[in-house]
Amino acid sequence: MSTLAGAERRGAASGREAMPPDVEYALRLGDDALVLSQRLSEWITRAPALEEEMALANIALDLLGQARALLTHAGEREGHGRDEDALAFLRPERELRNCLLVELPGGDFGRTVARLLLFSAYQLELYASLQLSTDPMLAAVAARAVKEVAYHRNHAILWTLRLGDGTEESHRRIQRGLDEVWPYAAELFESDPLVRDLARRGVAIDPSGLRATWDGAVRAVLAEATLTVPDDGWAPSGGRLGLHTEHLGYLFAEMQHLHRSHPGASW
Amino acid sequence: MSAPAGPSGGSDLPPESGTVSPARADWPLWEVFVRGRRGLSHSHAGSLHAPDARVALGNARDLFTRRMEGVSIWVVPSAAITASSPDEKDPFFDPAADKAYRHPSFYEIPEGVTNL
Repeated sequence: MSTLAGAERRGAASGREAMPPDVEYALRLGDDALVLSQRLSEWITRAPALEEEMALANIALDLLGQARALLTHAGEREGHGRDEDALAFLRPERELRNCLLVELPGGDFGRTVARLLLFSAYQLELYASLQLSTDPMLAAVAARAVKEVAYHRNHAILWTLRLGDGTEESHRRIQRGLDEVWPYAAELFESDPLVRDLARRGVAIDPSGLRATWDGAVRAVLAEATLTVPDDGWAPSGGRLGLHTEHLGYLFAEMQHLHRSHPGASW
Repeated sequence: MSAPAGPSGGSDLPPESGTVSPARADWPLWEVFVRGRRGLSHSHAGSLHAPDARVALGNARDLFTRRMEGVSIWVVPSAAITASSPDEKDPFFDPAADKAYRHPSFYEIPEGVTNL
């Protein structure tokens, strides 16, 4: 590649223009995991019980592990020398490719459980299929993550059933949390030319194909938990284009502060 | 959205924290037994609080098997365990102290027998 072309590509990357599709795809998956990991870790010292705090922290760490592998992979495929830290801590929020669902504030425990149920059920379908990716790195990440995510989903189901079919108060709280996060689930299954093209080449999974299985699994849990499935209607999106809710900025301030203040800090 | 701010939004408490029932303080205690690997028996790993057996099992997984410590977990309500009391220590255990014949130490091991 000529120097000029290299400079152009570099300029394009920093100018938030189109990145290579496989880099973009790895960032979508990695950013989802990164942001939800940060959200869940906010429960540390604040969970309803010490035991539950450990459970949420374990899930957050699993997601962070997925994010590290995926961001490292994205950086290598991009070829501009950005490592996992550069991608996690030095991108502005408009360059984040996560879905809006994961950046919503955790709210109370009911909302955290509702969000984890919707997201982990999606991730389980995604990773189960992605194990067959023609990209060996994505296939390897998926093969490891699918077991982790199965546990995340089981944990979310366990609490969805107990809160939903628990006391009047717990039912009210998780129903409210579910009503709040439900509209954001639609974005998980959005397809676009980029992902369809990658899917045709066997690299990616077109998420629109996961919706039916996800719907069946999630609705069954909600029914058993005596919860009402919210109506589909308003379906906000834009996360994959870098158009985020106001909440991501606050999350970023906390997540990126240390690295930006002390570049390269380690301990 | 009109949702309450999450932990990073400034308000860490659930929106109606004043109404949280004290029930969670009453979660029963469970004893956790973990089997390290096949062929070994379960041994006591610790205890935890959980509202029911299934949650206790999940909590035990998260608390006691994070570093590959086990292949099997039992949880038992602590209340279901009947334990000997320290007050009974003398009648329970002391009489065994001077009964060396209960140990298999009076057998001659035939020559040539290995692995015994």
